[in-house]
Amino acid sequence: MAIQATMADGTQVVWRDSKRYLWIMGAIIPLIPFSAWGLVEWTGQSVFWYFGPFFVFGLIPIVDTLAGFDRNNPPDEVLDALENDKYYRWVTYLFIPMQYASLTWGAYLFGGGTLFVSDPLSIVDKIGLALGIGMVAGIGINTAHELGHKKEVHERWFARVALAQTFYGHFFIEHNRGHHVRVATPEDPASARLGETVWGFMPRTVFGSFKSAWGIEKRRFGRRKKSHWSLKNDVLNAWAFSVVLWGGLMIAFGWQILPYLVLQAIVGIWLLESVNYLEHYGMRRKQLESGRFERVNPSHSWNSNNIGTNVLLYHLQRHSDHHANPTRRYQALRDFKEAPVLPTGYAGMIVLTWVPALWRTVMDKRVVEHFDGDITQANLQPRKRDKLLEKYGAIEEAA
Amino acid sequence: MSTFICPNCEYSYDEAKGDPREGWPAGTPFADIDPDWTCPDCGVREQRDFESRGEGAES
Repeated sequence: MAIQATMADGTQVVWRDSKRYLWIMGAIIPLIPFSAWGLVEWTGQSVFWYFGPFFVFGLIPIVDTLAGFDRNNPPDEVLDALENDKYYRWVTYLFIPMQYASLTWGAYLFGGGTLFVSDPLSIVDKIGLALGIGMVAGIGINTAHELGHKKEVHERWFARVALAQTFYGHFFIEHNRGHHVRVATPEDPASARLGETVWGFMPRTVFGSFKSAWGIEKRRFGRRKKSHWSLKNDVLNAWAFSVVLWGGLMIAFGWQILPYLVLQAIVGIWLLESVNYLEHYGMRRKQLESGRFERVNPSHSWNSNNIGTNVLLYHLQRHSDHHANPTRRYQALRDFKEAPVLPTGYAGMIVLTWVPALWRTVMDKRVVEHFDGDITQANLQPRKRDKLLEKYGAIEEAA
Repeated sequence: MSTFICPNCEYSYDEAKGDPREGWPAGTPFADIDPDWTCPDCGVREQRDFESRGEGAES
């Protein structure tokens, strides 16, 4: 479908979205648990219960490298029409029933369901399947992220539905009203610091984000002079979805599935927070004389134009435009030349985070380059500050 | 009563209606709102960044 618009100089422009039908690919992620089952049945090899992590951290990074880059930006004049094309939002809604089908299928197998499997699953098999369902859960948080930013009330409810699987319902509150406000400052628990490892970042972001979300709602209820212990509290009503979902699955398939539900939720949260880690690693907004931080601009987020991961993650990697315009829909996000660029897509970058020494070899120098060699401008891990200053030869200004 | 617009996402605050969900009852003057209060839709502009649309510009 082509969009027609009139440019500022009066000429007509016709623009065609080359990724229009590729976006449906995002909804193939929930097929992971079914693919695992199909491969096990087809080959007789139970190792395929571990297909999920292999797909996300093996196949996706390879395909991402082969598929190449997409720097195509829609012209400003077509953005409104592009955003208002409802096809794009239906693509994201489609993810949710698929997500729920895959979770239900997994819960059935965790509960010892044997109707469709030749060999009942061992504990080792179930752990593999739970890792795969965790991949769906984590990428489900990405879908929730897209929906939770929108002004439409029903889309914010869909975000809660997508977050129920991971018990991470407080995410859309903290993310929108906490992370976006404080991004790339030392105050944000979800912005990683130069020198911080992903393993050190995990507890800081998980607990810090929870605390922040609770505080945001508590202050909102304080202004209304009402108790925040209410189902109108968005943290509590989002968690209520998880209670209903997990409770329903346990009633249907037995309480014994609980450890696997917990495992898939931890994997999903870890996947999401790994992405948080790499999105703003080392980036820091300048502090103004008033004490406020400068406005968020494209230079404060890492981007990637790898088309493979961008299609699977609804342009999440065009992160600079997202932070500049948080309510803008994914199909209308643009690439900025001044934004720092990751060496590859998110999936491959997550693999790199597992070995902090390797991550820092690849990324630290890029952060320093981004600040034109002036490391004092970066968001530094306080414990490693002296070492970093020494290594990159910066002279600390007299405070 | 005036209306104030978020310059980033066009969320509008109408003093006559307030935003009770955010804790600003109908009739709350915009000037009484915490300057650090962030736009409830986009989160990236604060009260002090909002632009006035004047008297009854929006209903």
